[in-house]
Amino acid sequence: MAVLVGEDTRVIVQGITGREGSFHTKLMLEYGTKVVAGVTPGKGGMEVHGVPVYDTMEEAVEAHPDANTSIIFVPARFAPDAVYEAVDAGMRLVVVITEGIPVHESLRFINYARSKGVTVIGPNCPGVISPGKSKVGIMPGHIFKEGEVAIVSRSGTLTYEVAYALTKNGIGQSTVIGIGGDPVIGTSFTEALKMLEEDPQTRAIVLLGEIGGDMEERAAAMVERGEVTKPIVAFIAGRTAPEGKRMGHAGAIIMMGSGTYKGKVEALTRAGIKVARMPFDIPKLVSEVL
Amino acid sequence: MKLFEYEAKQLLAKYGVEVPPSILVRKGEDVKSKILEAGLEPPVVVKAQVLVAGRGKAGGIKLARSIDEAVEIAERLFETPIKGVVPKLLLIEKAVEHEAELYTAIVIDRSERKPVILASRFGGMDIEEIAREKPESIVRRLVDPYVGLRQYEARLIGKKIGLTGKALASYAKFLQALYRLFTEYDGELAESNPIAVVGDKVIPLDARLIVDDNSLYRHPELGGERIEESGEYTEWEVKARKAGLTFVELDGNIGIISNGAGLTMTTMDLVLEYGGKPANFLDIGGGARADLVKKAVSFLLEYPKAEKIFINIFGGITRGDEVARGIVAALRELGEIEKPIVVRLAGTNEEEGRKILSEAGINAYTDPIEAVKRVMEL
Repeated sequence: MAVLVGEDTRVIVQGITGREGSFHTKLMLEYGTKVVAGVTPGKGGMEVHGVPVYDTMEEAVEAHPDANTSIIFVPARFAPDAVYEAVDAGMRLVVVITEGIPVHESLRFINYARSKGVTVIGPNCPGVISPGKSKVGIMPGHIFKEGEVAIVSRSGTLTYEVAYALTKNGIGQSTVIGIGGDPVIGTSFTEALKMLEEDPQTRAIVLLGEIGGDMEERAAAMVERGEVTKPIVAFIAGRTAPEGKRMGHAGAIIMMGSGTYKGKVEALTRAGIKVARMPFDIPKLVSEVL
Repeated sequence: MKLFEYEAKQLLAKYGVEVPPSILVRKGEDVKSKILEAGLEPPVVVKAQVLVAGRGKAGGIKLARSIDEAVEIAERLFETPIKGVVPKLLLIEKAVEHEAELYTAIVIDRSERKPVILASRFGGMDIEEIAREKPESIVRRLVDPYVGLRQYEARLIGKKIGLTGKALASYAKFLQALYRLFTEYDGELAESNPIAVVGDKVIPLDARLIVDDNSLYRHPELGGERIEESGEYTEWEVKARKAGLTFVELDGNIGIISNGAGLTMTTMDLVLEYGGKPANFLDIGGGARADLVKKAVSFLLEYPKAEKIFINIFGGITRGDEVARGIVAALRELGEIEKPIVVRLAGTNEEEGRKILSEAGINAYTDPIEAVKRVMEL
């Protein structure tokens, strides 16, 4: 089954003619993702790795009515517009890879998308992969393996590190969701957990959090309320991060005393979630709960 | 990016908020004649313009009962580091006698994905303190980003923190201006604490604004030289920003380079786990080419706090051979700076990368634990 992306996923790449957009279109196609169209204003009529390019989302959808998912590589100042365009063109899922979008823009387009029942992943994320089925993102496909453990993560590289370690230990993944490193994102830990709880393929969940915000605490509260019953193994990055300093991700900052490593680990532990001290311990902890 | 108090107050004044009369003085300027010229009458408050939290408690705000006292305090403040930052600017402001102090801030509620207003009738202490001492006094109200803060909402919040009559109307006007500041300047935080209640009006005695760095392209007036002069970043952080590196200075002695914010933080945590202390956070991001890696390695070779360097790379989009080429190039150029370097390389093109490194005499690890143990031995 998996969640968010699967065999039915038909992708339109927004910003397909740019360096990143074109490079990752190639990698997604190689992985087997069904990329049906691309959009770059002013570049309609071109082809990128055999994928037809349109000027607008509306034209792309007219020519490819089966398209249901968009992935956005558009530069930060134009990316919000691309999200509105994707939502209005009827996409069900919009994955925003772009980093550096002002947070006041994100909270507007995310509220807009949600009001139309559209799921947004990101911004500032590596995307989503359901190994063996579809990859809508920039993660290296070869480190994943189809299986029963879901990963939901605020960090890209850390996700790859953990997925690679799981794969090497023979533990495959159902769906891996990079939810993004920005303070305001389209799909939070709690929303991702809700989907994964209902997914028959997923038997256990790895949650990779980091300092800043209270998403991990909310996930813990959800487990305490009994809304997630599948076993969870967690890791929180940033034990050594000082208060008030932004650690790379726009969302990774301890502000007004909230978002600390200690607070998150305490909340998760209280909810009975196993918290790994190091991400390299995760495969062992996962095999214990499977 | 943080704005100075005087800047945030100027913007509030532009939006129609009454702020205390004040002057801004730079080091070396004649404080006395500036005060006289402006017709500022004592008592006045002399306030260091530094971008650190807890400035008042750290001795950065002083009351002066006479002009001479203000001059004396100003001279002293220009020499006093406030939490490590020596002020370049002072705000000298007419002291405002008041009956009560309020607290108000606007931040973004990440989970609700909306701006949220936090207000309390107990100003003067920071929000953590209010949450501890008087949690029941905190009024929280989410704002719909499409509708904005309506006047009735501002009145409602004012009413809930105990205001009535004309003071309530004055607060509502102030809060709408603060909200406008928050949205027009892409605020992560807009805060005023304390806000003085003076008869039938409110006057903000302090103001803070933190602007989202991602929005700086549309606030060109806040960029450039300002970043270097603000004191918000250390000397090496400013250098890194200019070089286009994502770098945070820390207190330890082990220099760290990694790819991706999460893995870089994890590398710091790994060093701590094995008894070391990171000297920095340096994230080369996804898909870094050899030239960026070279720049990062060169930077840490020159960064004095880093006595040794731990490079931890997991190649996803980033390729091991590019990383290796960058490391080798940096060492060739800055070979005279001798610092022990430990490299852990895994993922995409790790074999090619390891080969390039071993030809240059560097033995790269695959296992991060073995690598960090080696770092601690050196």
